[in-house]
Amino acid sequence: MTTTTGAAAGLARGVLAGDVLAIARMISRVERRGLDAADDMAELYRAGGRARVIGVTGPAGAGKSTLVAALGGEFRRRGRTLGIVAVDPTSPYSGGSVLGDRIRMQSLWDDPEVFIRSMATRGALGGITRATADAVAVLDAAGKDVVLVETVGVGQDEVEIAQAAHSVVVVSAPGLGDDVQALKAGLLETADVHVVNKADREGADRTVAELRAMLGMSAGDGWRAPVLPTCAESGQGVDELAAALDRHHDWLLSSGEIDERLRLIARHRLKTLLTAFVHERVDRPMPGSAFETAVEALCRRTTDPWTAAHALLEEELSGRSKGRP
Amino acid sequence: MSPVEAGQDPIRVLVAKVGLDGHDRGVKVVARALRDAGMEVIYTGLHRTPEQVIGSAVQEDVDAIGVSLLSGAHMTLLPRLLELMREQGIGDKLLIAGGVMPDEDVVELKAMGVAEILGQDTPPATIVATVERLVRDRQALRAG
Repeated sequence: MTTTTGAAAGLARGVLAGDVLAIARMISRVERRGLDAADDMAELYRAGGRARVIGVTGPAGAGKSTLVAALGGEFRRRGRTLGIVAVDPTSPYSGGSVLGDRIRMQSLWDDPEVFIRSMATRGALGGITRATADAVAVLDAAGKDVVLVETVGVGQDEVEIAQAAHSVVVVSAPGLGDDVQALKAGLLETADVHVVNKADREGADRTVAELRAMLGMSAGDGWRAPVLPTCAESGQGVDELAAALDRHHDWLLSSGEIDERLRLIARHRLKTLLTAFVHERVDRPMPGSAFETAVEALCRRTTDPWTAAHALLEEELSGRSKGRP
Repeated sequence: MSPVEAGQDPIRVLVAKVGLDGHDRGVKVVARALRDAGMEVIYTGLHRTPEQVIGSAVQEDVDAIGVSLLSGAHMTLLPRLLELMREQGIGDKLLIAGGVMPDEDVVELKAMGVAEILGQDTPPATIVATVERLVRDRQALRAG
């Protein structure tokens, strides 16, 4: 497949016009992390920045997909167009995955203003990968008012979502074992809104109370994350959730906190991409034989890995890379 | 991108049940087999309309759509799926059907554009190999 700049611009143009096929193909392109996506993404990123990005995360079994569908429906009722990115882990054994989140979002399928995309992590660290951030940028550029990003994960992944979203919803449910305990590990502070889903189940009140108690301890000034019971299946509490998210967004804007949040997102984005570029460079054969020379030198112990790695990195960063695509 | 590089991307397949029959044990086995072969499988559940299947396939940008039909309505549902694929601009993707249907229908459906029809006794390994071959052939055709 050869992509001329003209064709690339065509795809970006299709995305900007909200063309479903173009959006779908653009997301595939960023998923492949190929170089052919760069020109389009440059255009789309610059055109974006209008969508509200909301991360929804929490342990498996909390009912995230159903909640995302219900919340999405609520946003639609409020007249907003919607993009959904549902991320599921890739099997480390086969490299494959079964992406089943879509099933629970059936209520949104027939709505032309809703674009749903299932993504696998494809081995990238963190549930929300570089490609996910790119997919969000595509949907943003396509004119979606709200983009919901659903990730499953533990610890690191869930913290990572906060670095890509304006608002973060952390979903738990009663009876998931140590769920509240697990939330303590870094996630408690990450949430802008806490949801205790499956609130019709036994133990929900206790989970809500426990969360509120814990949040009370970490009281700071500014936004206080509410703890909302929901039952996504029946839709109970979902309008309150949408209202809380709207309140959070209003607060971001009125307090000026939005600037800090956007800076955090931008910083994380740049750092992730930079790290990815360095990784790719290292994984590909180095130009010339500098790498192999260093390997030989290591074998003879005339250098050491620290010195050699630093030297190679310096070499990479200082202009040698110019000739490469 | 060279075909070799393209070949490293996981194949994306949408697996759906259309029509009225409520058996999904088979498709779930197929979904798992495809996953274990390194594919990304979007499973859409039971009782889907052709419009929902193709709408999802467009958004998910899959390489192939695998539908299971046991209801006997294949001569209406499969042509409808093909029609929608063409209408929505994914006529170049593969439609693969599984289920029980008479030989003469199979011939006719393939002539219409169904890429392959796999009988209900097809072992998962054969299904995996078929999807893989058809998708890679199609990709090579496009790249070449």
